[in-house]
Amino acid sequence: MSLPARVVTLLVAFLAVAAGAAFIVEHYFLGGPPTVDYSAGVTADTGATVHVVLQEDPQNTVSTHPDWVSYFIQNPTTHAWIHTTLFKVPAGSKIDMTIYGYDGCTPLRNPYFGRVTGTIGGVEYVDGKPVKSLNSWSGCNVGHTFSIPGINLNVPMATPSNPNANLCSTSPCTSGPHKTVTFSFMTPRTNGTYFWQCRVPCGGGFIDGFGGPMQTIGFMTGNMEVVS
Amino acid sequence: MAASVADDAQGSASAEPNHGLRIFLIWLPIAVAADLLLYFVYGPHMPPGQMTNSAASQQFDIKVMSVLAAPVVAFVLVGIGYSLIVWRHREGDDDDGPPIFGHARIQATWITVTAVIVLFLASFGTYELAWPGFAGAGAGEGPAPIWTPKGGAPIQVQVIGQQWRWTYRYPQFGGFETTALEIPANVPVQFNVTSLDVIHSFWAYQLGVKADANPGVNNVAYTTAKQLGKFVVRCDELCGLWHGAMVNYGEVVTLSAFKAWAAKTNVQLAAITKDLPPYSTVYDPTVIPQINKAMVKAGIAGANGYYYPPNDPVQP
Repeated sequence: MSLPARVVTLLVAFLAVAAGAAFIVEHYFLGGPPTVDYSAGVTADTGATVHVVLQEDPQNTVSTHPDWVSYFIQNPTTHAWIHTTLFKVPAGSKIDMTIYGYDGCTPLRNPYFGRVTGTIGGVEYVDGKPVKSLNSWSGCNVGHTFSIPGINLNVPMATPSNPNANLCSTSPCTSGPHKTVTFSFMTPRTNGTYFWQCRVPCGGGFIDGFGGPMQTIGFMTGNMEVVS
Repeated sequence: MAASVADDAQGSASAEPNHGLRIFLIWLPIAVAADLLLYFVYGPHMPPGQMTNSAASQQFDIKVMSVLAAPVVAFVLVGIGYSLIVWRHREGDDDDGPPIFGHARIQATWITVTAVIVLFLASFGTYELAWPGFAGAGAGEGPAPIWTPKGGAPIQVQVIGQQWRWTYRYPQFGGFETTALEIPANVPVQFNVTSLDVIHSFWAYQLGVKADANPGVNNVAYTTAKQLGKFVVRCDELCGLWHGAMVNYGEVVTLSAFKAWAAKTNVQLAAITKDLPPYSTVYDPTVIPQINKAMVKAGIAGANGYYYPPNDPVQP
């Protein structure tokens, strides 16, 4: 092989490797959903109250997987719904969380997780009514859960009262039958990242419902970053 | 001329020192020192500790294997070092080494020593598994254990794996389920390990217990705690996105403290316990008569209100 041919071959090989590396960095390290910051302007470790708002939808029409169920998080400043499951909260603070449940029911794999744990008072409020547990095996009443194992938080999400009603079909949902679930909990006093997840096997199209949105950040699982 | 060369060769051979003896004399104190250090100094700190009889048994096994392996490793290292020093290349010596043919004594010694070591380890390992004091050495024995502990009926603890959290049921104390794992000291404990979704592996490191959690299978493992204190539980089977975070902590307490905790927890969790399915060694959550009845009553068809079937298509 002539010298120019070898140089060109080397250059092409180098560019191919560089392009592959750039793709990996962009796709796996720099890509992904954004983080909604609820910590801005709040002093950590003061017990200050932060209001975090989420919604869970039966589908999402804003991604390349429109048939996947998904959570959305509201931007605290603009109140726009962001298709992400990453949010940041101040350490040592009281989180007042509101989650709008637009999705229908699917029973929990383990009814133990129908029990509310880790919230202040061990209670959630479904449309203002206090609830300590929901039995998803005895009726159509649980759509998903919001669970942060690292702080023993588990809150089952109630579903619209009429299971035959037409569910919201455009995400993020702004109308349609839904339940409003509210609860409060304290964030840890130290910095850290706590994953959260849904415990209902809601990955339609995957074996036993455990794939897809259940395993993908930005849909039914994500991180709560605690900062001080 | 030829006779002269042969004489020289014989003369140099007779002047050759006994390398085997020299290597043996160098190796022997190193091997003895290594074994003593491994067994008596490092041995008590070897994993997984001595919190339970199965953990102590595993630690003893590792000590025995280390004591057997150290002389072999020392022999190899001494041989390499001796060769590098004694048989190194010297200036002007460009001859090939002498051709070496079979050496019956060395071969017989090698075969005998390795055979003895392997047979001993096989017998030793079998004994360690089968002895009732260890009862399977902390490993999952499947749904019909061959080796069971002596000393009365064990405390039953069901370990349920699900993405990505362990829960524990105590059928002898009202059947409550909790995320806290407590076991009593000095009483045999029977872990009934299963899963509700994918394959997990229950690994209580300090207890010396490790058993796969398979959906639809009851995998039994035994241990008896000898020391009080906390221990860590991890999932040891890659089980999805948050596998690395599937960690929690358990605690060994006295029998009286355990009974008090179980009685108190049973009362605290009574409300959710009534929503749980009856205790069973395995669960099939895709079969829920109540939910099907409720769905039929509500007139709901399709996926809404049902589990996605195991063979739900559209696989990537």
